[in-house]
Amino acid sequence: MTTAKTPRRAKKLPMKQRYSLLTRDLDWEPSYVEREELYPYTSYEGIKIHDWDGWEDPFRLTVDAYFKYQAEKDKRLYAVLDSFAQSQGHLSLSDASYLNAIKLFIQGVTPLEYQAHRHFAYLARYLEGPAPRFAALCQSVDELRHCQTQIHTISNYNKYYDWFHSFSQMHDRVWYLSVPKSLFDDAMTAGPFEFLISISFSFEYLLTNLLFVPFMSGASFNGDMPTMSFGFSAQSDESRHMTLGLEAIKFLLEQDEDNVPIIQEWVDKWFWRAYRMSALVAGMMDYMLPKPVMSWKEAFELYFEQQMLGGLFPDLEFYGIKPPRHVADAVAEKDKLSHEVYKILHNFSFAASFTTQTPTPEKMAWLSEQYGEAFDEFYAPTWEKHRRIEDEGGRVFFQGLPQLCQVCQVCQVPMAFTESDDPTKISFRTSEFKEETYHTCSDGCQWIFEREPEKYIQAWLPVHQILQGNCGGPTVPEVLDWYGVQEGDNGEYKGSRDHQSWLEWHGETTEKEA
Amino acid sequence: MTNTRPVGIDIQESDDNRMLVHAIASDNPDMTVQQLPGLMKLSAPGRIEINRETIEDRLGREWETGEFQLAIVTYTGNFAEWDDDQIIVAWDH
Repeated sequence: MTTAKTPRRAKKLPMKQRYSLLTRDLDWEPSYVEREELYPYTSYEGIKIHDWDGWEDPFRLTVDAYFKYQAEKDKRLYAVLDSFAQSQGHLSLSDASYLNAIKLFIQGVTPLEYQAHRHFAYLARYLEGPAPRFAALCQSVDELRHCQTQIHTISNYNKYYDWFHSFSQMHDRVWYLSVPKSLFDDAMTAGPFEFLISISFSFEYLLTNLLFVPFMSGASFNGDMPTMSFGFSAQSDESRHMTLGLEAIKFLLEQDEDNVPIIQEWVDKWFWRAYRMSALVAGMMDYMLPKPVMSWKEAFELYFEQQMLGGLFPDLEFYGIKPPRHVADAVAEKDKLSHEVYKILHNFSFAASFTTQTPTPEKMAWLSEQYGEAFDEFYAPTWEKHRRIEDEGGRVFFQGLPQLCQVCQVCQVPMAFTESDDPTKISFRTSEFKEETYHTCSDGCQWIFEREPEKYIQAWLPVHQILQGNCGGPTVPEVLDWYGVQEGDNGEYKGSRDHQSWLEWHGETTEKEA
Repeated sequence: MTNTRPVGIDIQESDDNRMLVHAIASDNPDMTVQQLPGLMKLSAPGRIEINRETIEDRLGREWETGEFQLAIVTYTGNFAEWDDDQIIVAWDH
């Protein structure tokens, strides 16, 4: 009897060679249509590309490697989800008020993942180089995975707390969600290269660290393992997406000097646009996490000022790219952004699909420690006033439509931000276009508006739409019904349905019953 | 001088990844590791290099550089190299 030798598995080709075979040798020159007919969208923005082969993707990802690692990531994520469900993990949340941050996430962020999936699929068809096409294809699949895993993960909480319904309808209709929605609408209606600079570079490379990393760390700190797991799993794809963004900008800058001023304007525009949207995250981080990890200010200093302004922009100087226009205003706002945003959310949460509460004394002490005099002087007195009113049995909601007509025509945040150098003065800019007056919230948004007024005059502004009769009716209950907000989704946290459920799950009774 | 600007990598906390971080630290003596909930935040002036061999020695098993995609959460810098034996994060200019 002879023993058959185990056949030696053929050694794979080196990574560089496998990647090159996939992203170069599978491409071909069109023979029965003109190149312009095959790729009609890459010329009208004025970007000049001389050699698509100049594109290098440092991850050198191939099809087999992509599926192998993504499958492993999903396996790990679903193991966490199972164990959380089996061990009644929802009982270990720091507090049910934490879930408000997750509501804002699923209403505002998850639908953006789906939008990103759609547009990267489009780039995977229309970019002329095979390497960027393949990178865009992987990203398109990633984004669909993110959307699905987020819905799947967060839906677990729906067994214990009842607010998960209608998030995608809300994304399209609710006033505060027009902030993230309008950003993606703006990016998707731009050309393919502007989209790459807006989403891949300005949003993903410059700002997603700031958006997602401290927030997911916060999820972990507040006992929400499933969110932390999908967050880190998604963010690990994000490191590939960031690479795509960084590669895109370097590639475009290297291809032709004429591209430089075009790219600079996109960096200027999209930094400010994405930064303005991140204001929602500032509010989530500082006010919606019962156990905070790091303040918005601290995260901004670490992930944006140190890593991007201090690290990346000196690198881009080589190509003649300067730090984004208006970046100084963002730096000057770091002490107040989250407070001003949360004041809006707190005032108007009767018209939202989450609840809010006046910061607790412990939270106030933390905010004061993080923000010092700026908080004590300008924001603490407002919260103390709310507390006094509540102690006497009241709760103030600003009964009206958010800031009425005055929503920024560009970022769509209600006009409640103050001047970057004066926290007592509302920042308010006006521009005239075709005999109409348009309002913007900052020099950044005004500059963006005046650069492309024809685009922004078409903005779907929530309050304008209500007043024009397009949102279910003129009264608050009619509008809320049209949004898909149900009774108990909104208003004050204390005594809300989430709060009641929390007490029941923890075997406690409400003060009323006690 | 320009290349001493810090680069960084954030790695998800897990048993395997802790060993990964030990291995990376042994090849990058200037690197610091900061602990955040769920995360290990690596930072070093100018450059972080990750070597397959050092990691295999530490893990006691074969390790492909592609597996690093399962550990990394985010980074700052630029992937200057990513091949079968080595990953390098550094600034270009």
